[in-house]
Amino acid sequence: MAQLSVKIAYNKSESTGTPVTGPMETVLKPPVPGASQAAVEAPLRMQIRNLNFYYGKVQALHTINLHVAANRVTALIGPSGCGKSTLIRTFNRMHETVRGTRLEGEILLDGENIFAHDVTSLRRRIGMVFQRPNPFPKSIYDNIAYGLRINGLPAARHGRLADAVEHSLRRAALWDEVKDQLHKSAYALSGGQQQRLCIARALAVDPEVLLLDEPCSALDPVNTAKIEELLFHLKHNCTLVIVTHNMQQAARVSDSTAFLLNGDLIEFNPTPQLFTTPSDPRTEAYITGRFG
Amino acid sequence: MNPHMLWRKSMNVLMLSLTGLCALVAVSALFFILGYLVYHGGKDVNWSFFTQLPKPVGETGGGMANAIVGSGKLLLLAALFGVPIGLLGGVYLAEFGGIAVPFVVRYTADLLNGVPSIVIGIFAYAVAVMPVHHFSTLAGGFALGVMMIPIVLRSTEEFLHAVPRSMREGAMALGASKWRTISSVVLPAASRGILTAALLALARVAGETAPLLFTAFGNRYWSPGWNQPIASLPVMIYTYAVGPYEDWHQQAWAAGLVLLGLVLLTNIIVRTVLSRGASPQRS
Repeated sequence: MAQLSVKIAYNKSESTGTPVTGPMETVLKPPVPGASQAAVEAPLRMQIRNLNFYYGKVQALHTINLHVAANRVTALIGPSGCGKSTLIRTFNRMHETVRGTRLEGEILLDGENIFAHDVTSLRRRIGMVFQRPNPFPKSIYDNIAYGLRINGLPAARHGRLADAVEHSLRRAALWDEVKDQLHKSAYALSGGQQQRLCIARALAVDPEVLLLDEPCSALDPVNTAKIEELLFHLKHNCTLVIVTHNMQQAARVSDSTAFLLNGDLIEFNPTPQLFTTPSDPRTEAYITGRFG
Repeated sequence: MNPHMLWRKSMNVLMLSLTGLCALVAVSALFFILGYLVYHGGKDVNWSFFTQLPKPVGETGGGMANAIVGSGKLLLLAALFGVPIGLLGGVYLAEFGGIAVPFVVRYTADLLNGVPSIVIGIFAYAVAVMPVHHFSTLAGGFALGVMMIPIVLRSTEEFLHAVPRSMREGAMALGASKWRTISSVVLPAASRGILTAALLALARVAGETAPLLFTAFGNRYWSPGWNQPIASLPVMIYTYAVGPYEDWHQQAWAAGLVLLGLVLLTNIIVRTVLSRGASPQRS
């Protein structure tokens, strides 16, 4: 659990009207204890400080300051190419798998710099679900057990794999559909089931944070609804960050929302506030559908 | 119909029939070869051909049991030598290499693939025969293995590239190291293709004669050991076909038929077995 427990102030009255210089400063007051009305009270799971990101010489993210509250859903929205996927991929250092990227700034998980430790143990703590379902060419059971096995977690060592697999599948609301075919190939499942399998696979190693990079973009509305419902249950035990190009989805599932545009963080506010009374004209333009 | 239209139409018909004809020739080559071999060697492929040693010169009958087993042993050695090197080299090319190194390796592998097999034979003779002063099974297996390396390497690389990046990311996002990702997710996903390529490479070198002429050499009896000369089907065909006896020619035809049959059988079995399991494609 996070050591930090700070009251975060979202103070709209102070931020509106002022010209946007550095977006964060105008929108989100720095977390000063006791300086709040209408505060969202939650410990901080992750903090992103002065994050700059480059693909070669092209700067994709400009001085991002953001925090992720524990047991909340944080949504990243913005038009295509705004850097929201790039941003979420830095949270578990997946950007390092792409050649020629460079990152400046700090990302803290429970107050500790994520770049100070081994990347594999970091990714054990911060799980990820991708745009398209990407099950391994293995059985359903082995897909779920994979993370437990490679990380040598106690469940894998003490013969409690079957229980752990069932638990993860139940958390991802997939158990009832697959309990009789655990040893069938994961490819036999439908797209929506595959995506929930990928969520179950990520949950199996019991991550503190689960990153979801447009998890419903390849799914139909019915399966999308299933996954959204799942997120409500998951946040009791897990902190969620979701990238979505679907504003309605962000409005439905998230507690706070960050709006990015051209690599800048334009606004970061509690979701109801961002969607009803956005403090930046560009946010308003985007959520009312004038561009993007 | 005006003349121009007529010209275009007849040209179309002509070229279409020409492509069809060429396709037919390509397909019929195999059946012609097979038919010709059956015609000449079919009657000599009998039980004793598979079970007996060659008879001494002057006697008729006998078989090529030693050459069939010899080819098997040589191919086993070739696979043990060529497949691991080609496989791991291909993994390096596809997964670890930067820009310059893979280019050089890829280019070299393609050149190696084009090296005439007789030259591979000389090379194997120089490094595996000359130092020990005698022909051996090991040297023959080594020569065939060298020929397999570029085929296995390049096809491994290709099949690994075909594994979607998202699958690698899925494994790495769970905390898998790069090698763990490759060994437990990427290679299994590509295993069907790689296995097919390795077996086709094996079938390809099974018919090679030149690399064996001065490495495995040949043997009219059972080979006494891995470090001794050994008989093989292609070398037997070569020896018997240029020999002066009519009976030898018959045996050469039969050996050709058996060799081709074994290669075809391998091909068909591999393709059937590999196509039976559902291919890992997402809906």
